[in-house]
Amino acid sequence: MPEDMIRVEGLSHRFDDLVAVDDVSFHVRPGEVFSFLGPNGAGKSTVINVLTTLLPLQEGRVVIAGFDLRTEPDRVRSAIGIVFQEVTLDRDMTVTETLLFHGRLYGLPRDEVRERAEELVRLVELETKRDVLVKHLSGGMKRRLEIARGLMTRPAVLFLDEPTIGLDPQTRARMWDYLRDVNRDGTTIFLTTHYMDEADRLSDRIAIIDRGRIIAEDTPLDLKNALGRDLVYLETTDNGRARAVLEADPAVTGVREKGPAGLLVTVSEDGTRVVPRLLDALRESGVVIDGLNIKKPSMDDVFIHHTGRALRDEGAESFAAAVGRRR
Amino acid sequence: MDRRFLAIYWRDMLRYVRFRTLLLSSLVQPALWLAFFGIAMSSSFDAIGTQVPSGPGIPQVGYLTFMCAGVISMTTLFTSLFGGMSLLFDKNWGLLREVMAAPMPRSNIVLGMGLSGITKSCIQAGIILAFGLLLGVRFFDGYSPLRLAMAVGGIFAFVSVFALGFVFLSSAIAISMESPEGMQGIMTLLTMPIFFASNALYPVEAFPEALRLLSMANPLSHMVTGIRYFAIGPEFSAIGRTFVCSSTDLFVSFGALCLFSTLTFLFALHRVRVARVT
Repeated sequence: MPEDMIRVEGLSHRFDDLVAVDDVSFHVRPGEVFSFLGPNGAGKSTVINVLTTLLPLQEGRVVIAGFDLRTEPDRVRSAIGIVFQEVTLDRDMTVTETLLFHGRLYGLPRDEVRERAEELVRLVELETKRDVLVKHLSGGMKRRLEIARGLMTRPAVLFLDEPTIGLDPQTRARMWDYLRDVNRDGTTIFLTTHYMDEADRLSDRIAIIDRGRIIAEDTPLDLKNALGRDLVYLETTDNGRARAVLEADPAVTGVREKGPAGLLVTVSEDGTRVVPRLLDALRESGVVIDGLNIKKPSMDDVFIHHTGRALRDEGAESFAAAVGRRR
Repeated sequence: MDRRFLAIYWRDMLRYVRFRTLLLSSLVQPALWLAFFGIAMSSSFDAIGTQVPSGPGIPQVGYLTFMCAGVISMTTLFTSLFGGMSLLFDKNWGLLREVMAAPMPRSNIVLGMGLSGITKSCIQAGIILAFGLLLGVRFFDGYSPLRLAMAVGGIFAFVSVFALGFVFLSSAIAISMESPEGMQGIMTLLTMPIFFASNALYPVEAFPEALRLLSMANPLSHMVTGIRYFAIGPEFSAIGRTFVCSSTDLFVSFGALCLFSTLTFLFALHRVRVARVT
C-alpha cells in the first residue's frame, strides 16, 4: 500500500491563456475521503479531469495508487473509478447492461463481471431495477448506478465530480450514506463539491480551492476551529466605536462587517463566557446593542474567511451563467 | 490478445436491436428501393435493352438484376456512413467519457465500431439478396452449390471491407464534430456524389472524362464491380452493353477497397487518439 494514495505536486493547467489550475499540491492518504471545495469555475473539475487522465498532464507531477500519471496512465486508469459530473449513462441500456459494459471495457473476466455487477446492484439498492432501462430511472437512481459502475473494477480510489449536484436534499443525504459505506469498505474517495455541508459531513480532509489555487487545507473541524471557537454576530448603534472596544478584548481574534448594520466577531474562547464580558465593555463605552447571536463557525464562514466572498452567491451566479450559456 | 473492442461491439449491437423502428426501417428501406425504383426503372430500361442482342454465350440480365448490386452497395454506404454517428452522441451526451477513461488502447474503439458496421451491413446485404431473388433478380443463375457458396462469401467479403472503410471514415468525422446537425450535413454532402458518380445504376463508360475518372476512384464502383462479378459472372450484358470483369479487375477492386479502409482506419485512429472528451 503506497503511503499516499494520491500525491500531486505543482500541478498547473492552462486552457489557451486561461490558467485554470495554478501550482496546486496536495496528497490524499489511503482510506481517506478528501474533498475539493470551491465555487464553480474554481478549477475543481480541471483537476479531477487531469487526475482521471481525461485531460493531459501539462505541468507538475501526479502519482496515484503508486503509479506515475505521466509515464503509466493506463495503470492509473485501471486503479481508479470515476463518477463524472454530468450523467454519463446510455439511456437505452438497462442497469445490468451498464455494469456489464463497464466490466468488459476494463477487460475483467466474464464470470467476475457478472458476479461483481450483482454485488453492486445490491449495494446501491437497485435490485428491483436490474432490467429497467436507464431512462426510466430517477435522478438519484442514476447517480447510484454511476457509483456502482465506478466501483465495478474494485478501484483503489473513487473520483466523484460533484456527486450530488441537482439532487433533492433527501436523495443527497442517502448518497452520502452510500459513499460512507463505500469508504468504510476501504475505497479512498476524492470528491469535488461546491456544497459546504457535503464537504463538511463527508470528508476527512478538505482543500478549499479558489481561482485555481488551494487556499486552505485541513480537517473540517480544524478549518472551522481556525476561525475561533464561536462567532458572535452583533448589531449596534455605533459599529465604529464597538469595533475598537471589541478588538481590545484578548479573546477576540477578528472583527468583520457583515451586512449593512452588523459586525461578525470571532472569539477564541467559549462564546457563552466571553459574550457577557464583551457586552459589559460595550455598554460601559456607551454603545447600545440592538441585536445579538452566537453560533459555531460553519464551512461557509471558513470559505468567506479565506476568500472574502460567500461561496453560495457566487456559485448560484455562475451556475445561472452556465445554464444561460447552454441554452 | 486484446478483446476489449468486443465490449464496444456488443454495446453498439445492443443499441441496433433495441431501437426496433430503426432496425425495421434499416431492413425495409433497401427492399423498398429495390421494389419501387428497381421495378420502375427496369420496366423502362429493359424495353431498350432487349432490342440489342448480346453476343453468343454471354448471359443477358435485366435492369433489376443489374442495379441490385447498386442497391446493396448504396445500403451499405448509408448504414456505414451513419454507423459512426453514435460516437458523436456518446461524446455529447453519453458514454464516451467512460470509454476514454478506460485503460484500453484507443484502437479498440475504432475496431469495435468497424465490427458492428460489418455485422449490420452483412445482415442488410443478406436481406436485400433474399428479397431481390424473390422479386426476380437473376443472381447466381445456374450456379452449383459450391460456386454459390463462394459467390456469397465473395459478396460478403466485399461488403465487409467496404463497410469498414466508411464506418471508419464516419467515426473519424463523428469524433471530430460538435453537433449532429453538422455531421448530418457532411454525410448528405458525401453520399450524393459517392452514389451517383459510380457504376451502381448505369454504366460509367459514357460519362464525361472527369466524371469517369472520379467514378473509377470511387470505392462504391469497386464494390459494385465485385458484387456483379460474384452474383452475375465475369461477363454479362445488360442495358444493351457487355460488361467484362477479369479476375485481375476483381483483385484490383478488392485491393482498392482494402487500401481505402486501411487509410480510413488510420485516419479514425488518429482522430480518436487526439480527441479530448471532458
